[in-house]
Amino acid sequence: MAIEVRIPTILRTYTGGEKAVNADGANLHALIDALDASHPGIKGRLLEDNGDLRRFVNIYINDEDVRFIGSLDAELSDGDQVVILPAVAGGAR
Amino acid sequence: MTRYDSLLASVGGTPLVGLPRLSAPFNADGRPQVRIWAKLEDRNPTGSIKDRPALRMIEEAEKSGLLTPGCTILEPTSGNTGISIAMAATLKGYRTVFVMPENTSEERRQLLRMWGAEIVSSPAAGGSNEAVRVAKQIAAEHPDWVMLYQYGNDANALAHEEGTGPEILADLPSITHFVAGLGTTGTLMGVGRFFRKAKAEVRIVAAEPRYGELVYGLRNLDEGFVPELYDADLIDSRFSVGPRDAVRRVRELLELEGIFAGISTGAILHAALGQAAKVAKAGEGADIAFVVADGGWKYLSTGAYEGTIDEAEDRLEGQLWA
Ligand SMILES: Cc1ncc(COP(=O)(O)O)c(C=O)c1O
Repeated sequence: MAIEVRIPTILRTYTGGEKAVNADGANLHALIDALDASHPGIKGRLLEDNGDLRRFVNIYINDEDVRFIGSLDAELSDGDQVVILPAVAGGAR
Repeated sequence: MTRYDSLLASVGGTPLVGLPRLSAPFNADGRPQVRIWAKLEDRNPTGSIKDRPALRMIEEAEKSGLLTPGCTILEPTSGNTGISIAMAATLKGYRTVFVMPENTSEERRQLLRMWGAEIVSSPAAGGSNEAVRVAKQIAAEHPDWVMLYQYGNDANALAHEEGTGPEILADLPSITHFVAGLGTTGTLMGVGRFFRKAKAEVRIVAAEPRYGELVYGLRNLDEGFVPELYDADLIDSRFSVGPRDAVRRVRELLELEGIFAGISTGAILHAALGQAAKVAKAGEGADIAFVVADGGWKYLSTGAYEGTIDEAEDRLEGQLWA
Protein backbone atom coordinates (compact mmCIF):
# COMPACT_ATOMS: atom_id res chain seq x y z
CA MET A 1 0.00 0.00 0.00
CA ALA A 2 1.35 3.45 -0.90
CA ILE A 3 -0.18 6.76 -0.01
CA GLU A 4 1.36 9.99 -1.22
CA VAL A 5 1.56 12.67 1.46
CA ARG A 6 2.20 16.24 0.31
CA ILE A 7 4.20 18.25 2.81
CA PRO A 8 3.89 22.06 3.15
CA THR A 9 7.06 24.17 2.93
CA ILE A 10 7.05 24.85 6.63
CA LEU A 11 7.30 21.14 7.54
CA ARG A 12 9.90 20.13 4.96
CA THR A 13 12.68 20.41 7.51
CA TYR A 14 11.37 17.03 8.71
CA THR A 15 11.43 15.43 5.25
CA GLY A 16 14.88 16.56 4.14
CA GLY A 17 13.25 19.12 1.85
CA GLU A 18 11.00 16.58 0.09
CA LYS A 19 7.68 18.01 -1.12
CA ALA A 20 5.96 14.64 -1.02
CA VAL A 21 6.71 11.38 0.74
CA ASN A 22 5.08 7.95 0.71
CA ALA A 23 3.66 6.35 3.82
CA ASP A 24 1.28 3.58 4.80
CA GLY A 25 -1.70 3.34 7.11
CA ALA A 26 -5.27 2.06 7.15
CA ASN A 27 -6.41 5.33 8.64
CA LEU A 28 -4.97 8.80 9.23
CA HIS A 29 -3.84 7.89 12.75
CA ALA A 30 -1.75 5.01 11.47
CA LEU A 31 -0.44 7.12 8.60
CA ILE A 32 0.77 9.89 10.91
CA ASP A 33 2.46 7.33 13.16
CA ALA A 34 4.19 5.83 10.13
CA LEU A 35 5.18 9.30 8.95
CA ASP A 36 6.67 10.08 12.36
CA ALA A 37 8.64 6.83 12.35
CA SER A 38 10.44 7.84 9.15
CA HIS A 39 10.46 11.59 9.88
CA PRO A 40 10.76 11.90 13.66
CA GLY A 41 9.10 14.95 15.20
CA ILE A 42 6.58 15.69 12.45
CA LYS A 43 3.69 14.21 14.47
CA GLY A 44 4.22 16.80 17.20
CA ARG A 45 3.75 19.57 14.63
CA LEU A 46 0.47 18.11 13.34
CA LEU A 47 -1.19 17.01 16.59
CA GLU A 48 -1.73 18.58 19.99
CA ASP A 49 -0.38 16.83 23.07
CA ASN A 50 -3.87 15.40 23.63
CA GLY A 51 -3.77 13.84 20.16
CA ASP A 52 -6.19 16.22 18.39
CA LEU A 53 -5.38 17.82 15.07
CA ARG A 54 -3.80 21.25 15.66
CA ARG A 55 -6.08 24.22 15.00
CA PHE A 56 -3.94 25.69 12.21
CA VAL A 57 -3.27 22.39 10.46
CA ASN A 58 -5.62 21.18 7.73
CA ILE A 59 -5.33 17.69 6.29
CA TYR A 60 -7.16 16.58 3.15
CA ILE A 61 -7.71 13.07 1.79
CA ASN A 62 -8.39 13.24 -1.95
CA ASP A 63 -9.12 16.97 -1.48
CA GLU A 64 -11.69 16.45 1.31
CA ASP A 65 -11.06 18.03 4.73
CA VAL A 66 -10.59 15.13 7.17
CA ARG A 67 -12.38 16.98 9.97
CA PHE A 68 -15.64 16.14 8.17
CA ILE A 69 -14.85 12.50 7.49
CA GLY A 70 -13.83 11.21 10.90
CA SER A 71 -10.67 13.27 11.53
CA LEU A 72 -7.83 10.94 12.55
CA ASP A 73 -10.09 7.90 12.13
CA ALA A 74 -10.66 8.74 8.45
CA GLU A 75 -9.93 5.62 6.42
CA LEU A 76 -7.29 5.39 3.73
CA SER A 77 -6.84 3.12 0.75
CA ASP A 78 -4.10 2.46 -1.73
CA GLY A 79 -3.62 5.34 -4.15
CA ASP A 80 -5.22 7.98 -1.92
CA GLN A 81 -3.54 11.36 -1.82
CA VAL A 82 -3.07 13.16 1.47
CA VAL A 83 -2.35 16.90 1.51
CA ILE A 84 -1.21 18.75 4.62
CA LEU A 85 -1.62 22.55 4.61
CA PRO A 86 -1.46 25.32 7.19
CA ALA A 87 -4.78 27.17 7.63
CA VAL A 88 -4.59 30.53 5.87
CA ALA A 89 -7.06 33.14 4.73
CA GLY A 90 -7.31 32.72 0.99
CA GLY A 91 -8.30 35.02 -1.82
CA ALA A 92 -10.85 37.50 -3.03
CA ARG A 93 -12.32 38.70 0.20
CA MET B 1 -39.92 44.16 -8.37
CA THR B 2 -37.30 45.73 -10.64
CA ARG B 3 -37.51 49.40 -9.60
CA TYR B 4 -35.38 50.67 -6.68
CA ASP B 5 -34.87 53.98 -4.92
CA SER B 6 -31.08 53.81 -5.29
CA LEU B 7 -28.33 51.43 -6.34
CA LEU B 8 -27.87 50.32 -2.73
CA ALA B 9 -31.51 49.27 -2.51
CA SER B 10 -30.97 46.89 -5.44
CA VAL B 11 -28.48 44.61 -3.66
CA GLY B 12 -29.61 40.95 -3.56
CA GLY B 13 -32.66 39.38 -5.19
CA THR B 14 -30.40 37.63 -7.70
CA PRO B 15 -31.61 34.99 -10.18
CA LEU B 16 -31.31 31.25 -9.63
CA VAL B 17 -30.84 29.56 -12.99
CA GLY B 18 -30.95 25.88 -13.93
CA LEU B 19 -28.00 24.27 -15.68
CA PRO B 20 -29.55 21.52 -17.84
CA ARG B 21 -26.45 20.69 -19.85
CA LEU B 22 -24.13 20.38 -16.84
CA SER B 23 -26.79 18.27 -15.09
CA ALA B 24 -27.41 15.96 -18.07
CA PRO B 25 -24.58 13.43 -17.48
CA PHE B 26 -26.07 12.55 -14.07
CA ASN B 27 -29.51 11.83 -15.46
CA ALA B 28 -29.76 8.42 -17.09
CA ASP B 29 -33.25 7.36 -18.22
CA GLY B 30 -35.75 6.60 -15.49
CA ARG B 31 -33.50 7.60 -12.56
CA PRO B 32 -34.41 10.31 -10.06
CA GLN B 33 -33.41 13.72 -11.42
CA VAL B 34 -30.19 15.40 -10.34
CA ARG B 35 -30.47 19.12 -11.07
CA ILE B 36 -27.79 21.77 -10.65
CA TRP B 37 -28.69 25.43 -10.11
CA ALA B 38 -26.54 28.59 -10.18
CA LYS B 39 -27.22 31.56 -7.89
CA LEU B 40 -25.97 34.47 -9.98
CA GLU B 41 -24.34 36.76 -7.42
CA ASP B 42 -22.46 38.56 -10.16
CA ARG B 43 -25.80 40.29 -10.80
CA ASN B 44 -25.28 42.59 -7.82
CA PRO B 45 -24.44 46.31 -8.23
CA THR B 46 -20.64 45.92 -8.26
CA GLY B 47 -20.72 42.43 -9.75
CA SER B 48 -20.04 40.20 -6.75
CA ILE B 49 -21.66 38.51 -3.77
CA LYS B 50 -19.76 40.90 -1.52
CA ASP B 51 -22.28 43.71 -2.03
CA ARG B 52 -24.52 41.88 0.44
CA PRO B 53 -22.16 41.68 3.45
CA ALA B 54 -20.46 45.03 2.68
CA LEU B 55 -23.75 46.92 2.76
CA ARG B 56 -24.99 45.05 5.82
CA MET B 57 -21.74 45.64 7.76
CA ILE B 58 -21.92 49.37 6.97
CA GLU B 59 -25.59 49.61 7.95
CA GLU B 60 -25.02 47.81 11.26
CA ALA B 61 -22.01 50.05 12.03
CA GLU B 62 -24.15 53.12 11.30
CA LYS B 63 -26.92 51.82 13.54
CA SER B 64 -24.56 51.20 16.43
CA GLY B 65 -23.03 54.68 16.04
CA LEU B 66 -19.56 53.34 15.18
CA LEU B 67 -19.67 54.81 11.69
CA THR B 68 -20.52 58.52 11.44
CA PRO B 69 -20.48 60.91 8.45
CA GLY B 70 -16.97 61.59 7.15
CA CYS B 71 -15.44 58.51 8.80
CA THR B 72 -12.58 56.54 7.24
CA ILE B 73 -13.25 52.84 6.67
CA LEU B 74 -10.21 50.54 6.76
CA GLU B 75 -10.44 46.91 5.60
CA PRO B 76 -8.15 44.01 4.67
CA THR B 77 -9.49 42.76 1.33
CA SER B 78 -8.05 41.35 -1.84
CA GLY B 79 -10.80 42.72 -3.96
CA ASN B 80 -14.50 42.15 -3.95
CA THR B 81 -15.31 43.33 -0.44
CA GLY B 82 -13.22 46.42 -1.03
CA ILE B 83 -15.01 47.17 -4.29
CA SER B 84 -18.39 46.77 -2.60
CA ILE B 85 -17.45 48.93 0.38
CA ALA B 86 -15.95 51.57 -1.94
CA MET B 87 -19.18 51.78 -3.94
CA ALA B 88 -21.33 52.13 -0.82
CA ALA B 89 -18.86 54.60 0.70
CA THR B 90 -19.03 56.78 -2.41
CA LEU B 91 -22.81 57.00 -2.06
CA LYS B 92 -22.70 57.48 1.70
CA GLY B 93 -19.73 59.83 2.00
CA TYR B 94 -17.00 57.78 3.68
CA ARG B 95 -13.29 57.65 2.89
CA THR B 96 -11.84 54.17 2.29
CA VAL B 97 -8.41 52.57 2.81
CA PHE B 98 -7.86 48.94 1.80
CA VAL B 99 -5.00 46.60 2.61
CA MET B 100 -4.41 44.14 -0.25
CA PRO B 101 -1.81 41.46 -0.93
CA GLU B 102 0.51 42.67 -3.71
CA ASN B 103 -0.24 39.60 -5.88
CA THR B 104 -3.88 40.47 -6.62
CA SER B 105 -5.08 41.25 -10.13
CA GLU B 106 -4.62 44.71 -11.64
CA GLU B 107 -8.31 44.97 -12.50
CA ARG B 108 -9.21 44.89 -8.85
CA ARG B 109 -6.74 47.63 -7.95
CA GLN B 110 -7.88 49.82 -10.81
CA LEU B 111 -11.54 49.41 -9.88
CA LEU B 112 -10.83 50.35 -6.26
CA ARG B 113 -8.94 53.47 -7.33
CA MET B 114 -11.84 54.45 -9.61
CA TRP B 115 -14.18 54.39 -6.63
CA GLY B 116 -11.77 56.69 -4.84
CA ALA B 117 -10.17 54.16 -2.51
CA GLU B 118 -6.61 54.29 -1.21
CA ILE B 119 -4.66 51.03 -1.37
CA VAL B 120 -1.94 49.80 0.97
CA SER B 121 -0.08 46.72 -0.33
CA SER B 122 0.86 43.84 1.95
CA PRO B 123 3.50 41.20 1.08
CA ALA B 124 2.43 38.39 -1.27
CA ALA B 125 3.86 35.71 1.01
CA GLY B 126 1.23 34.77 3.54
CA GLY B 127 -1.64 35.97 1.32
CA SER B 128 -4.63 37.46 3.06
CA ASN B 129 -3.19 36.53 6.47
CA GLU B 130 -0.61 39.26 5.95
CA ALA B 131 -3.26 41.75 4.79
CA VAL B 132 -5.20 41.09 7.98
CA ARG B 133 -2.08 41.53 10.10
CA VAL B 134 -1.09 44.78 8.38
CA ALA B 135 -4.66 46.14 8.62
CA LYS B 136 -4.78 45.42 12.35
CA GLN B 137 -1.48 47.29 12.75
CA ILE B 138 -2.78 50.33 10.83
CA ALA B 139 -6.02 50.25 12.84
CA ALA B 140 -4.01 50.46 16.05
CA GLU B 141 -2.25 53.58 14.70
CA HIS B 142 -5.56 55.24 13.70
CA PRO B 143 -8.04 54.63 16.48
CA ASP B 144 -10.61 56.92 14.79
CA TRP B 145 -10.74 54.78 11.63
CA VAL B 146 -13.40 52.09 11.45
CA MET B 147 -12.38 48.57 10.54
CA LEU B 148 -15.51 46.57 9.70
CA TYR B 149 -13.37 43.41 9.76
CA GLN B 150 -15.31 41.03 7.53
CA TYR B 151 -13.61 37.93 8.98
CA GLY B 152 -15.18 38.46 12.39
CA ASN B 153 -18.21 40.67 11.74
CA ASP B 154 -21.53 38.93 12.41
CA ALA B 155 -23.26 41.26 9.92
CA ASN B 156 -21.27 39.52 7.14
CA ALA B 157 -22.95 36.16 7.87
CA LEU B 158 -26.25 37.83 8.72
CA ALA B 159 -26.53 39.28 5.20
CA HIS B 160 -26.58 35.70 3.93
CA GLU B 161 -28.72 34.25 6.71
CA GLU B 162 -31.44 36.82 6.00
CA GLY B 163 -30.84 37.31 2.26
CA THR B 164 -29.04 34.68 0.21
CA GLY B 165 -30.44 31.67 2.13
CA PRO B 166 -34.14 32.63 2.16
CA GLU B 167 -33.98 33.68 -1.52
CA ILE B 168 -32.66 30.26 -2.53
CA LEU B 169 -35.22 28.33 -0.47
CA ALA B 170 -38.06 30.43 -1.89
CA ASP B 171 -36.90 29.71 -5.45
CA LEU B 172 -36.00 26.05 -4.84
CA PRO B 173 -38.07 24.49 -2.03
CA SER B 174 -36.77 21.04 -3.06
CA ILE B 175 -33.12 22.01 -2.47
CA THR B 176 -30.90 19.18 -1.13
CA HIS B 177 -27.39 20.72 -1.29
CA PHE B 178 -25.92 24.22 -1.01
CA VAL B 179 -22.36 24.72 -2.26
CA ALA B 180 -20.32 27.93 -1.85
CA GLY B 181 -16.77 29.23 -1.56
CA LEU B 182 -14.98 29.55 1.74
CA GLY B 183 -13.12 32.80 2.36
CA THR B 184 -14.25 34.88 5.28
CA THR B 185 -16.73 31.99 5.63
CA GLY B 186 -19.59 34.51 5.78
CA THR B 187 -21.60 32.99 2.91
CA LEU B 188 -21.46 29.45 4.27
CA MET B 189 -21.99 30.43 7.91
CA GLY B 190 -25.01 32.60 7.10
CA VAL B 191 -26.68 30.29 4.60
CA GLY B 192 -25.73 27.26 6.73
CA ARG B 193 -27.32 28.79 9.83
CA PHE B 194 -30.45 29.60 7.82
CA PHE B 195 -30.87 26.07 6.49
CA ARG B 196 -30.09 24.41 9.84
CA LYS B 197 -33.26 26.14 11.08
CA ALA B 198 -35.40 26.25 7.93
CA LYS B 199 -34.60 22.89 6.28
CA ALA B 200 -32.07 20.94 8.31
CA GLU B 201 -31.61 18.11 5.80
CA VAL B 202 -29.93 20.42 3.27
CA ARG B 203 -26.24 19.49 3.02
CA ILE B 204 -23.90 22.49 3.28
CA VAL B 205 -20.73 22.05 1.22
CA ALA B 206 -17.64 24.29 1.24
CA ALA B 207 -15.16 24.74 -1.62
CA GLU B 208 -11.89 26.27 -0.50
CA PRO B 209 -9.33 27.48 -3.06
CA ARG B 210 -5.93 25.77 -2.90
CA TYR B 211 -3.22 28.19 -3.98
CA GLY B 212 0.42 27.86 -4.86
CA GLU B 213 3.04 27.36 -2.17
CA LEU B 214 3.80 31.04 -1.74
CA VAL B 215 0.48 31.67 -0.01
CA TYR B 216 1.13 28.92 2.54
CA GLY B 217 4.69 30.09 3.18
CA LEU B 218 4.19 30.97 6.83
CA ARG B 219 7.27 31.35 8.95
CA ASN B 220 5.57 29.48 11.72
CA LEU B 221 2.51 27.25 11.95
CA ASP B 222 1.09 29.38 14.76
CA GLU B 223 0.67 32.22 12.24
CA GLY B 224 -2.17 30.23 10.66
CA PHE B 225 -5.55 31.87 10.45
CA VAL B 226 -9.10 30.67 10.89
CA PRO B 227 -11.73 33.43 10.50
CA GLU B 228 -13.48 34.24 13.78
CA LEU B 229 -16.84 33.69 12.03
CA TYR B 230 -16.07 30.04 11.22
CA ASP B 231 -18.16 27.37 12.94
CA ALA B 232 -17.46 23.89 11.54
CA ASP B 233 -20.84 22.62 12.82
CA LEU B 234 -22.63 24.66 10.16
CA ILE B 235 -21.09 22.78 7.25
CA ASP B 236 -21.16 19.10 6.33
CA SER B 237 -18.15 18.76 4.06
CA ARG B 238 -15.27 20.85 2.89
CA PHE B 239 -13.17 20.42 -0.25
CA SER B 240 -9.86 21.95 -1.24
CA VAL B 241 -9.85 22.76 -4.96
CA GLY B 242 -6.68 23.57 -6.88
CA PRO B 243 -6.32 25.95 -9.86
CA ARG B 244 -6.43 23.18 -12.45
CA ASP B 245 -9.89 21.93 -11.47
CA ALA B 246 -11.13 25.50 -10.94
CA VAL B 247 -10.04 26.58 -14.44
CA ARG B 248 -11.41 23.44 -16.09
CA ARG B 249 -14.81 23.95 -14.46
CA VAL B 250 -15.02 27.68 -15.05
CA ARG B 251 -14.47 26.99 -18.75
CA GLU B 252 -17.12 24.24 -18.76
CA LEU B 253 -19.59 26.65 -17.20
CA LEU B 254 -18.92 29.11 -20.03
CA GLU B 255 -18.90 26.54 -22.84
CA LEU B 256 -21.92 24.51 -21.74
CA GLU B 257 -24.12 27.07 -20.00
CA GLY B 258 -22.90 30.43 -21.28
CA ILE B 259 -22.05 31.74 -17.82
CA PHE B 260 -18.83 33.80 -17.60
CA ALA B 261 -17.76 33.45 -13.97
CA GLY B 262 -14.70 34.23 -11.86
CA ILE B 263 -12.19 31.50 -11.13
CA SER B 264 -13.38 30.80 -7.58
CA THR B 265 -16.75 29.85 -9.07
CA GLY B 266 -14.95 27.11 -11.00
CA ALA B 267 -13.77 25.70 -7.67
CA ILE B 268 -17.30 25.90 -6.28
CA LEU B 269 -18.76 24.19 -9.37
CA HIS B 270 -16.14 21.45 -9.05
CA ALA B 271 -17.38 20.66 -5.54
CA ALA B 272 -21.02 20.84 -6.72
CA LEU B 273 -20.36 18.36 -9.54
CA GLY B 274 -18.62 16.07 -7.03
CA GLN B 275 -21.82 16.05 -4.96
CA ALA B 276 -23.91 15.42 -8.10
CA ALA B 277 -21.76 12.42 -9.06
CA LYS B 278 -22.04 10.98 -5.56
CA VAL B 279 -25.82 11.34 -5.44
CA ALA B 280 -26.26 9.91 -8.95
CA LYS B 281 -24.06 6.92 -8.08
CA ALA B 282 -26.31 6.22 -5.08
CA GLY B 283 -29.30 6.29 -7.43
CA GLU B 284 -30.83 9.29 -5.68
CA GLY B 285 -32.16 12.61 -6.94
CA ALA B 286 -30.94 16.03 -5.85
CA ASP B 287 -31.37 19.77 -6.29
CA ILE B 288 -27.93 21.28 -5.86
CA ALA B 289 -27.63 25.06 -5.66
CA PHE B 290 -24.20 26.69 -5.91
CA VAL B 291 -22.96 30.26 -5.81
CA VAL B 292 -21.55 32.16 -8.78
CA ALA B 293 -19.55 34.57 -6.60
CA ASP B 294 -18.58 37.01 -9.36
CA GLY B 295 -18.05 37.35 -13.11
CA GLY B 296 -14.80 36.62 -14.93
CA TRP B 297 -13.99 40.18 -15.94
CA LYS B 298 -11.64 40.97 -13.09
CA TYR B 299 -9.54 37.87 -13.76
CA LEU B 300 -8.93 38.18 -17.52
CA SER B 301 -5.39 39.46 -16.92
CA THR B 302 -4.52 36.30 -14.96
CA GLY B 303 -4.50 34.37 -18.24
CA ALA B 304 -6.87 31.71 -16.88
CA TYR B 305 -9.31 32.00 -19.80
CA GLU B 306 -6.81 31.57 -22.64
CA GLY B 307 -4.70 28.73 -23.99
CA THR B 308 -4.55 25.22 -22.61
CA ILE B 309 -5.45 24.22 -19.05
CA ASP B 310 -1.75 23.52 -18.42
CA GLU B 311 -0.83 27.04 -19.48
CA ALA B 312 -3.58 28.53 -17.35
CA GLU B 313 -2.47 26.49 -14.35
CA ASP B 314 1.11 27.72 -14.75
CA ARG B 315 0.00 31.33 -15.03
CA LEU B 316 -2.07 31.11 -11.87
CA GLU B 317 0.88 29.90 -9.80
CA GLY B 318 1.66 32.56 -7.23
CA GLN B 319 -1.53 34.58 -7.88
CA LEU B 320 -4.51 34.88 -5.59
CA TRP B 321 -7.14 33.71 -8.07
CA ALA B 322 -10.19 33.58 -5.87
C1 LIG C 1 -14.89 35.62 -5.82
C2 LIG C 1 -15.15 35.09 -4.46
N1 LIG C 1 -15.34 33.80 -4.25
C3 LIG C 1 -15.58 33.28 -3.03
C4 LIG C 1 -15.67 34.07 -1.90
C5 LIG C 1 -15.90 33.46 -0.53
O1 LIG C 1 -16.96 34.00 0.23
P1 LIG C 1 -16.95 34.24 1.81
O2 LIG C 1 -15.97 35.33 2.14
O3 LIG C 1 -18.34 34.61 2.15
O4 LIG C 1 -16.53 32.97 2.49
C6 LIG C 1 -15.50 35.40 -2.13
C7 LIG C 1 -15.51 36.28 -1.04
O5 LIG C 1 -14.70 36.13 -0.22
C8 LIG C 1 -15.26 35.95 -3.40
O6 LIG C 1 -15.09 37.25 -3.60
